[in-house]
Amino acid sequence: MKLKRKDLLEMRSLDREEIHLFLDTAESFKEVLTREIKKVPTLRGKTVVNLFYEPSTRTRTSFELAGKRLSADVIHIATQASSVVKGETLLDTARNLEAMGADMIVLRHPAPGAPHLLARTLRSSVINAGDGAHEHPTQGLLDLFTIRERLGRIEGVKAAIVGDILHSRVARSAIAGLTKMGAKVRVSGPPTLLPLEASTLGVQVCPTMEEAVRGVDVIMMLRLQLERQGRGFIPSLREYARFWGLTEGRLRLAKEGVLIMHPGPINRGVEIAPEVADGPYAVILDQVTNGIAVRMAVLYLLSGEGGSSGLEEAA
Amino acid sequence: MSGNHRSILIKGGRVVDPASGVDGLFDLLLKEGKVAELRPSGKTASSGKEYEILSAEGHVVVPGLVDIHVHFREPGFEYRETIATGVRSAVAGGVTSVCCMPNTNPVNDTASVTRFILAQSRREGLAHVYPIGAITKGSQGEEITEMGELKEAGCVAVSDDGRPVMQAGIMRRALEYARAFHLPVIDHCEDLTLTDDGVMHEGRVSTELGLKGIPSASEEVMVARDVALAEATGGRIHIAHVSTAGAVRVIREAKARGVAVTAETCPHYFLLTHEAVRGYNTNAKMNPPLREEADVLAVREGLRDGTIDAIATDHAPHHPDEKLREFDAAPFGIVGLETLLPLSLRLVEEGVLTLPEMVARLTHLPARVMGIPRGTLAPGAPADVTVFDPKATWRVDAGTFLSKGRNTPFQGWELKGRVVRTIVEGKVVL
Repeated sequence: MKLKRKDLLEMRSLDREEIHLFLDTAESFKEVLTREIKKVPTLRGKTVVNLFYEPSTRTRTSFELAGKRLSADVIHIATQASSVVKGETLLDTARNLEAMGADMIVLRHPAPGAPHLLARTLRSSVINAGDGAHEHPTQGLLDLFTIRERLGRIEGVKAAIVGDILHSRVARSAIAGLTKMGAKVRVSGPPTLLPLEASTLGVQVCPTMEEAVRGVDVIMMLRLQLERQGRGFIPSLREYARFWGLTEGRLRLAKEGVLIMHPGPINRGVEIAPEVADGPYAVILDQVTNGIAVRMAVLYLLSGEGGSSGLEEAA
Repeated sequence: MSGNHRSILIKGGRVVDPASGVDGLFDLLLKEGKVAELRPSGKTASSGKEYEILSAEGHVVVPGLVDIHVHFREPGFEYRETIATGVRSAVAGGVTSVCCMPNTNPVNDTASVTRFILAQSRREGLAHVYPIGAITKGSQGEEITEMGELKEAGCVAVSDDGRPVMQAGIMRRALEYARAFHLPVIDHCEDLTLTDDGVMHEGRVSTELGLKGIPSASEEVMVARDVALAEATGGRIHIAHVSTAGAVRVIREAKARGVAVTAETCPHYFLLTHEAVRGYNTNAKMNPPLREEADVLAVREGLRDGTIDAIATDHAPHHPDEKLREFDAAPFGIVGLETLLPLSLRLVEEGVLTLPEMVARLTHLPARVMGIPRGTLAPGAPADVTVFDPKATWRVDAGTFLSKGRNTPFQGWELKGRVVRTIVEGKVVL
């Protein structure tokens, strides 16, 4: 099966078949990452540009490695050191990159919808690597991948997402992906950090964290951006940790063998207690590893190289 | 206006002039820039050297439309619009009088800026331009302007449109002081601490798109504040671009109590909802933002029962490049002059208003809000006339607008009703 889209902008507009295709393809690429020579020639001659308007370690490195494992030429542009500081618009910057032969642009941008703007205007494929509070679809895919890998299914899984849903692109992508694949999703967090009419996203809004995590298979903790305290969303980190932090006590309310997920970077002692983050149920680092395989699948499928994934040649 | 005043007979049209209770087939005679006579149709000789005849059979003849809320961007932002392009856009839409907001650069907060705007508009000799002065110096919200001189120079109202007067104490003084000069105070009702960098209506769609929301309460708390202040001071408050059900409710209740409050809304608030933003459509970004279905219905009901006096455009042209940006970075505002009439006709088509009721909200009612002696075809009134074909359908193509702005959420819409003639003080300008 071939993917019939040029861009990956959001989980919300993917259908189940497409999600399956991404996950299945990622599974075969994950095998590549266990080989001695972790590289296939699939995207030789293709150029992938990481265009990042926000600082990032994990996503940036993950995309860069994914591109390199596929033999693409990967260029990273951090806008703090580019002509963006001279006032160039996003669209002009992207058009210039396309003129230089970029086949794919991986965009991280603080404005929701920024990748949609590029996708409408450019011939190159555009991959959303996080657009403001909107979505982070490759994170959503790697979350689904990790759940499927660990639990063997997504359908019927009960998941709780806890924390700052309002500002979280990770939450929006996870909610879209999980609900589409038949999981049941609950959310919980301070009311100041829950979006208006959150239930329209297809989730159950729980008044307390205890209620949210009781009996679930998956707990996804969101990073609390520490500056939220200064902006009046929460009175103190201390109180936040007390009512919405994942402690061992709250962990025991969940189903035996629950998966603890977190998109990183974690605030130890705020949204997650250190002993939980480092404990046996945490799959936080598996998520990171899987991220590379998922992004390889995304780059490969969007490149339109419907033929060989390169897996056989290298084997 | 130029002195070229040939007499004109507009013959055979349905003349609708709510101010004088006229609705029927009449011939309208314009002489020396004024309305001379209204005669039952067919009683006039169909030839004659003393006047030019314009046939209006099958058409509707109404007073020239009065739009009390436009942004013509001059001085300071001429790349977006000039007074020259603004008035051309106005007459193309059948609008013969406009009130232009003071958020230019410099802000229209002194008589010299007002005089400059009037001089520029006289050079064009198209639509009448009535400047609105600022409430506070530089629209900074700190010190009230020299409203007496602004009025003398030609301002018809004061407003800090786009930059709400946040301090209730300043608004109170403005309402009191403006009374001395019979100036209505127009407020763009928005509590900036509630808006807090929001870019669209806060609700289901903003939640989905991850865009920062502007709650309805941001508008409603300010409408409530302004009503209380108008009541306390006896000043006249006009609420600009009403967009929420709550705002309509507060105004309705205040009017019932006899508070000197008037209100306007815009076509997009009775035709579109926040759904139009999907796809990050920057041409659906304006302030106040497009709200929800219940708000649309409430705004329509407010228009119907008279809570909302007028339909205005909030015509806000921007350069296309400014809208071709990330949604967060694109400026608020859409153009509206060239679609005002057909969009308003939808209210008639959908049974919300009768044709005379709609015409009233586009002519003498807004004129009355601003104290402008226009908006009627009564004999002796200025000969500002708009003739439209109520059956003509056309497709909106922003590329053909006479405004410099292309920023319309109605691009591609099929509209019914097209302006065929615009006459300003007896001079045919379209």
